[in-house]
Amino acid sequence: MTETKTFKDRVAASLKNFGLPRLIITGFLVLLLILAPFVGADLPTQISNIINRFSWNGILVLAMVPMVHSGCGLNFGLPLGIISGLLGATLSIEFGFTGRLSFLMAILIATPFALVFGTLYGWLLNKIKGGEMMIATYVGFSSVSLMCMMWLLLPYHSPNMVWGLAGKGLRTTISLEGYYNQALAGIGQINIGNISIPTGTLLFFALLAFGIWAFLHTKTGTAMTAVGSNPVFARAAGINVDKIRMLSVVMSTWLAAIGILVYEQGFGFIQLYMAPFYMALPAVSAILIGGASVNKATIMNVIIGTILFQGIVTMTPTVMNNMIHMDMSEVIRIIASMGMILFALTRKTEASR
Amino acid sequence: MKAGSNKYTTSEKKPTAIGMILRQASVPLMFIIICAFCIPIAGLSPSYLANEIVTRMGRNSFLILSLLIPIMAGMGLNFGMTLGAMAGEIGLILVSDWQIVGIPGMVLAAIISIPISILLGIFCGKILNKAKGREMITSYIMSFFINGIYQLVVLYLMGSVIPIKHSSIKLPRGYGIRNTVSLLRMRQKLDNLIAINVSGIKIPVMTFIIIGILCLFIIWFRKTKLGQDMRAVGQDMEVARDAGIDVERTRIISIVMSTVLAGIGMIIYLQNMGNIATYSSHSQIGMFCIAALLVGGASVDRASIGNVFLGVILFHTMFIVAPRAGAYITGDSMIGEYFRVFVSYAVITVALVMYETNKRRAKSESSRELRAQQDADEARAAGKGNV
Repeated sequence: MTETKTFKDRVAASLKNFGLPRLIITGFLVLLLILAPFVGADLPTQISNIINRFSWNGILVLAMVPMVHSGCGLNFGLPLGIISGLLGATLSIEFGFTGRLSFLMAILIATPFALVFGTLYGWLLNKIKGGEMMIATYVGFSSVSLMCMMWLLLPYHSPNMVWGLAGKGLRTTISLEGYYNQALAGIGQINIGNISIPTGTLLFFALLAFGIWAFLHTKTGTAMTAVGSNPVFARAAGINVDKIRMLSVVMSTWLAAIGILVYEQGFGFIQLYMAPFYMALPAVSAILIGGASVNKATIMNVIIGTILFQGIVTMTPTVMNNMIHMDMSEVIRIIASMGMILFALTRKTEASR
Repeated sequence: MKAGSNKYTTSEKKPTAIGMILRQASVPLMFIIICAFCIPIAGLSPSYLANEIVTRMGRNSFLILSLLIPIMAGMGLNFGMTLGAMAGEIGLILVSDWQIVGIPGMVLAAIISIPISILLGIFCGKILNKAKGREMITSYIMSFFINGIYQLVVLYLMGSVIPIKHSSIKLPRGYGIRNTVSLLRMRQKLDNLIAINVSGIKIPVMTFIIIGILCLFIIWFRKTKLGQDMRAVGQDMEVARDAGIDVERTRIISIVMSTVLAGIGMIIYLQNMGNIATYSSHSQIGMFCIAALLVGGASVDRASIGNVFLGVILFHTMFIVAPRAGAYITGDSMIGEYFRVFVSYAVITVALVMYETNKRRAKSESSRELRAQQDADEARAAGKGNV
């Protein structure tokens, strides 16, 4: 008798933990999946789309994990890392690398930028503990708008990237045809009927995700979790809190740089100027939908969250269009993702120090 | 020993006081330098420049003044002022469908916007009460969330559920509002009601009178019981609660007031512009108003009416001259456009960083004082024990 009650309580508690918005979003996606065949949407194509978009966005969402772990909150400053990735991408093309090699070189060139930007960003965030998220947002915005000027002013010359007439200043979108378009996705791609699986990209994501998971179980990784859950205790235990936080910020920034490169190889284009501006928000809401909170996130949250978020992004337009001939997907996406972030921010957590 | 330590603390505090003043004035000073540098390069005639600045003061001041009350209540920069802007836009869209023009149309739009603003303000205030300590990021995300709902209403419900008669503002598909709604017959009606021309500079006196009334209202409001309560809540929530102030209610009221004022401000802004960009007019307004306020020397926890006007003048001077100056220096007009966007964001970033570092410094200072006091108490107790 008592056992069943505790079981019931446990179910109620886990439901409460799960959160109403998350339940609604999951329910919505399940509903979409059930409805899809009835309204004439091709389910295999849809699933293939979800898998592909998961492979593009997974690493950008993964970039949230280190900073959440060290108590720096959600990384609204993701655009800073994206900028490092974009620098790597454009410089790699500028130096004349082509094919898969250009992808490798883009990662290599982006890395020092990510390390430098990440260190500066981490130093700043250490000065303003407690107000990270708001300042991170504006660090992202400032860096994107600063780079808008730089894309015009930096001496790029590659004819595939600059404006044809002026001969200088980068274009807003640069095609990756001949460079690293599908550089990862093309490796071991599996095609079954309408479903195509980008094995290489998924493996690359798995590799990085495993790396982060393994790192979080090393001594430094445990210290990072300790700093995030209780900085006073961590300091008393002899952990250099500022150094650990700095490390987490650098890791997040680097992952964002790699993330945007992986996104580009799937998407096929480099998007410059204002494109990275709002890229943090989908990543933030994806990890929150996956079950993370402002100060707790696991690799599982990343995977589930990205699938759910991208699922809604890809399914809503087709299903809605076929059902009521009204494309409300954009509005639904905004309300769902922002509602999720709002919900997470209002939870009582010890992150507000 | 005691005297020595006292001297040490005073000598340490003095430079920080001067530093504080310098730090507060640094942003306006920087802008004065930027403007002084850009104005001659831009090569605009003084009368054109003055005309533009006066127009923009009339257009934006009311909106920026709406930010003051939440700052007073310690809730930081209200990024949720966008909510009020959206309410104002809904009012204007309905009024322009009903073909009520001129001043009566504006008044009616304001009357429609107020209940919407109040509802949105209560919702926003309740959410912010659940997110104490991170009001700004929450109100920022809130503006995106409500923008989604606004799009749902304006793009899908207007014309299908909410009756819209005139096809001139409806999308061709039969529901939803067009990207731009013309306010041609309302355009600058308020500005031109009493307009004086002083050597080629048009001064919209009526708009300035309304702004002046709002300033007087804010000055008066600070002295009322509610205003005092808000300042107490802004100083220290716990102390205010102990003093018997309903903290949650006071905070909600401050957000509601800000939202309502922002709604009216948006109507004044749009009557000057002469058309509504239905889906984008409000999205940037919060950012520009906040940047202007900060340029005027305000900080996250302290802002005055003086900051508003200084900010409008400096920020918009920069806004007018930067593209021209940028085009002249680099030969590319886009550079100046990006430069002014960058400066807007950079100013907000710097102000936020300064606010957080000051807060941390104050916190560590008070804890150091507390520790020193505890040490002294312990030493005294030990001394007594020895005697």
